[in-house]
This record gives sequence, C-alpha cells and structure tokens, in this order.
Amino acid sequence: MSNPSPSASAARRFDRKRPDIASGLFTGLTGLATFGILAILATILGNILYHGLPGLSWRFVSTIPRKDMFEPESAAVLSMIVGTSIRVMVMTIFVIPIGVITAVYLTEYAASGSSYTRIIRVAIANLAGVPSIVFGLFGLGFFINFIGKNLDLLTHQSGPLFGKPTVLWASLTLAVMTMPVVIVATEEALKAIPPGLREASLALGATKLETILKIVLPNALPGILTGAILAVSRAAGEVAPILFTGVAYYMADLPGKLTDQFMDLGYHAFVLSTQSDNIEKTRPILYATVLVLLMLTFSLNAIGIIVRARIRKAMRAGH
Amino acid sequence: MSAAPLIETKNVELFYGSSRALKGIDITIKEKLVTAFIGPSGCGKSTFLRCFNRMNDLIDNVRITGQCLIGGEDIYAKDVDVIELRKRVGMVFQRSNPFPKSIYDNIAYGLRLHGTKDKSEIDGIVESSLRGAALWDEVKDRLHSSALGLSGGQQQRLCIARAIAIRPEIILMDEPASALDPIATVKIEELILELKKEFTIVIVTHNMQQATRISDYTAFFYIGELIEYDLTTKIFTNPAKKQTEDYVTGRFG
Repeated sequence: MSNPSPSASAARRFDRKRPDIASGLFTGLTGLATFGILAILATILGNILYHGLPGLSWRFVSTIPRKDMFEPESAAVLSMIVGTSIRVMVMTIFVIPIGVITAVYLTEYAASGSSYTRIIRVAIANLAGVPSIVFGLFGLGFFINFIGKNLDLLTHQSGPLFGKPTVLWASLTLAVMTMPVVIVATEEALKAIPPGLREASLALGATKLETILKIVLPNALPGILTGAILAVSRAAGEVAPILFTGVAYYMADLPGKLTDQFMDLGYHAFVLSTQSDNIEKTRPILYATVLVLLMLTFSLNAIGIIVRARIRKAMRAGH
Repeated sequence: MSAAPLIETKNVELFYGSSRALKGIDITIKEKLVTAFIGPSGCGKSTFLRCFNRMNDLIDNVRITGQCLIGGEDIYAKDVDVIELRKRVGMVFQRSNPFPKSIYDNIAYGLRLHGTKDKSEIDGIVESSLRGAALWDEVKDRLHSSALGLSGGQQQRLCIARAIAIRPEIILMDEPASALDPIATVKIEELILELKKEFTIVIVTHNMQQATRISDYTAFFYIGELIEYDLTTKIFTNPAKKQTEDYVTGRFG
C-alpha cells in the first residue's frame, strides 16, 4: 500500500483541539458555588467576630450572672457555658451507646433486605427529618409528663423531682434527635470494614459476638467518633428541643444535679434578642454570647477530631 | 501412601437458594498429606473447601446435604460446636487478611480467644508459630509494630502463623499464593511442604504447576462435580478421564 494522501493524514492529526465551552462553564459554575458558600460562611463568622469580640472579656465568661442580664456591665455567661456543655455531654453519653448498638444490630444481625429491616431504616431516616420543635414536644410529653411524673409517683416525692424540666430530660430529648446521625455514621463505618477481617476472626474460632467486640467495633471507632462529632455539632446550637424539657430563663446557681434546670447559650441568645427593653444596648452582649456558643461548639468538635486522629494513628501503629 | 483418612464426604450437595453448586461429592482426604483442588473458576472447589470448617454457614440461603466427616464425626450434626470445629480446622484465605493490630497480637488473638492468658506461654507460641511460618527471622525485632507494615507475602505467612498458633489438625488454604509475586509464592510453597509434617493441608489452587510441586493428591472439579481424584502424579501424567486431561494439558478452562 502506498503512502496515504496528505489530506487523509491531515484529517487524522491530533492537534485539532477545540475550546470545550460546556466543560469550561461547568468548571466555572462549581467553583462559583463553592466560593459562594465560603463567602457566606466568612460573612457570618466575620460579622459575629467583629461585633462579638468587643463584648468578650474574662469576667463575661467566668461569672454567674447575678444582676441585670441585659446590662453590659453585669451581663455574664458562665451559667450558660456550663449548662450547654453539660447537656451536650450527657446527651453524648446516651446517644453513642444506643446508636452504636442499633447500628450493630442493623448491619450485623438483622436480615439485610428483609422488609422488617427496611421499615427500621425508613423510620430512622424519617426521625432525622422531624423538626426539632417536635422533639421538644415529644420530650415534654414522654420524658416529663409520662416517665418523670410516674417516677415521682413511684418514688413518693413530695414535690415534682423528675416530673419537671431537667438537664436529664433535655439531654435525652437531644439524644433522640441526634440518634439517626450516630446510627448512620456507625453503619457506614461497620460496612467499610473488609469482610476478610470478619472471616479471619470466625475461622480462628471466634464467636460472632467476639468478632464484633474485638475486631469490628475497634476498627469502626473512628467512624463512630465522626457520628459523635456530628451529633455534638447538631445538638450544641439547638434550642427548640430543650425549650420545654430543661432550659431556664434564669438561675441563680449552676446546675448541680441531673434533676436541676440549666441556662443555655442558644436559648440565652434568644432571650437577649426578644426580652430586652433596649435592644441597642443589649446587642453587644447578644453578639458576644453567640460568639461564645460558636467557640464552645468548635472546641467540643476539636476534642472529637483530636481523639479520632489519635485513634487512627494508634491503629496504623498496630495497637 | 498409606496415611489414615481424616476427611470423608459422602454425597455432599450444596445449594445456593435453588441452584445446586456441589453435586454429590464423595472424597476421602488422608492425613498429613497435601491435597490440591483444581478446576476452572466457578467449579465449586472453594465452596467445597469451605464446607470443611462450615464457613458456608455465614452465607444466607445456603443448604448442605450429605455427610461430611472429620475424624469420623459428622461436622454438620446438630450437636456440633462450630467453634471447636474451627479450632481443629484452620483456614488461610486468598487475600491475606491480618488484623490491623501488631504482629504479636495477630497471633495471640486466637490463643486469647481460647483462654490462654499466661504471657510467657503466649510469647512462646508466638515465636514457635512465626518460626513455623518461616517469618520469625524477618519480624523478631518488630513484633509489636503493625502487621499492616509487612509485605504481601509476609502478611500471608503471618496469616499462616496465626492459623497454626491454635494447633489445628487441618489447614484449609484458599488460593493462598494467587495474589503474591513469584518469589513470595515459592516461600509459601516451601512452607506448605514443611507444614505437612504436622498438619493435613487442603489447598485450592488455579496454578497447576503449584499443584504438581506441592500436592500428594489432586482433585479435579468441574461445574460442581468431582471429576477425578487420584495421586497428583497420576492426574498430571496419566489421567483416567478425558476432561481431566484436557484441563491439565491446558486445552480448556
């Protein structure tokens, strides 16, 4: 065969690149969307920092509000920092074990694909979509009026001890609300464990329970902590679920028992913005309170992230 | 070779739902020998291997009929403790699957499960198992570092060490060298020849040279049936069945 004609070889050359307008547009669009999100975040944080920092002082975060909460000279948030921290921690203590056990049941024991398992999964997904005020009403109806009042009857209390808003009921209400996050994160972590590890353990004569406790759960720990971090982030700023279940407008002392009420940063921000008779004077306190709430949420998250990083490092090192 | 029979199956059939994956298999496997299962992919050889330590129990919808005797006991009888069975029948998998723990803890895992608590006893067994798996010299200075830092071949030998640590009678190997390079494969093969002094080994392999190098007996499977089972030399030089001959000479499969 003779050499192909010049025109034929020209038709097969590579250097025929045309501008790909659609791809260029799409790249630009994704970048723009990302930039938009970052800009909104920066505006929110910048605004709070700018207006909140001047009101922030050591006295503000380290004293219990004694006199006028709306007066910049006497306003303080120690009670709210303590209250929010306690309700988040108590919630974590309840939500992690229950959520993890549920996820273990769903991934390791329940027959996958059965209609029963499907119904449970749909229920969990729906739980995640319930508005938080509904959880607040649920907490009031179930924890306080049903469990709490009956506990009081059973233990012959002279006055209401459990049948009223408390740290415990607020934390439990938040635990119910954040349960789906923990379940889903744990399930993902359990599914990501190579089946070979389970087989290896079983083939050595381990029972299913031993395999779950010694191989599956330790390896899922980082994923479980991700669930905990997400749950804490969601719960720390929520006000609606604690509205009827535990938060107080004002308390002279810090909460000392699980049956005490508590003050809360998010709720206090709501109080400052709606109950003040001089909103201009109160605004710096409001910003400072919101800034403290953000800092608290970030530090609670930071603890989770550091612990998770350490566990991952230890796992790589083989311990 | 006049070794005693250790595994005996009678008309074993296995069903995934309604499809029959193993068709009436009768085989007698002798002790302290290496028996190789060969055959094209999907012929049921791995499935059959997993009958011996009841790993098929883990899969939904699997039903097994017939008899599978180990040391004369029916391992599918109602009162059989699967844990005890798996202590006697160890397994090494196709893909090495060390736990994300230290080398030491990988081997100690099975011991601790079965109640060995004494530290010096565990130390001793860890060393003897690693020596038994020809891995001791390579890892003795880093027993407490992660098993995931080992090479693929070392990881597979660690899995063998982990299996022999609990002193099984039988070791099932499901294509143990198929993911390894030739040098690592040679080491595993040498190890298998060493291990058969103490253990009965049943190995599934796709590599026919490997079967000739290491096994005493070979079973050829095809679409769920045991076509031919005989001395390895006989299977590879003078098979009785045409199908076997076609497969071992590379004409199909």
